[in-house]
Amino acid sequence: MKAFDYVEIKIPAKPQYVSVIRLAVSGLATRVGFLYDQIEDIKIAVSEAVTNVVQHAYQEIELGEIVLGCALYTDKIEILITDFGSSFNFEEIKRNIGPYKQNDSIAQLREGGLGLFLMETLMDEVKVNNEGGVTVFMTKFVKREQVNNLAQTIRT
Amino acid sequence: MELNIHFRKESNLLKVFIEGEIDTFTAPKLRDKLESFDIDPNYIIELDLSKVVYMDSTGLGVIVALYKKVTREQGNLKLVGLSARLIRLFTITGLSELMNIEVEVKVE
Repeated sequence: MKAFDYVEIKIPAKPQYVSVIRLAVSGLATRVGFLYDQIEDIKIAVSEAVTNVVQHAYQEIELGEIVLGCALYTDKIEILITDFGSSFNFEEIKRNIGPYKQNDSIAQLREGGLGLFLMETLMDEVKVNNEGGVTVFMTKFVKREQVNNLAQTIRT
Repeated sequence: MELNIHFRKESNLLKVFIEGEIDTFTAPKLRDKLESFDIDPNYIIELDLSKVVYMDSTGLGVIVALYKKVTREQGNLKLVGLSARLIRLFTITGLSELMNIEVEVKVE
């Protein structure tokens, strides 16, 4: 049995579907147990990633597609956004994403404005890969009261 | 959710009421509306964001563009009615240091 549930959604790379993705991710984050402020952070980060694909990745192609993959754990959510245009192997892509680098892909993301900055600020971990398309991988951990209390106890 | 924008003019004060979600789909509409009026010197543009339920960097981009235009024309831009979420967005991006943002204590 897998340690997580995996949900995948594919949408046309059009601006009118960004709010649909936001709504879906909001629902999935609620399932994991995130609270209001964290869910709103995730919604912004995911919107930034999807917006980036909509604005940059499909300038030359008439109609592309965006795949959103979400892995739901008991204490975190992992989100993949890619413009491969077809379903993908979540585990394989997760392995292939290396550490954060100041490469061309990131420069391209930064052109869009504050998008990548917001993703990095609002999520606990963000990785970008530009091989064969743009892939953004993001993680956010649930910050529960119990976790905070436990951390304080350990420190004392 | 759609984005609704309407204006109310009071002598040299132009109030802009924005309602809904500001993202990559709705931002062009907001940009068009905000570019539709002329700004005289000492003119005050007040953006009422109290009914904005979602905003990301595309919305910030439109507001920054308006801020630059208003400043260039020697007018004033004021943002009012920001939720705690919006204040957070303006704070982490550093825009709250640059722009005139009215922080009001809401009684709920």
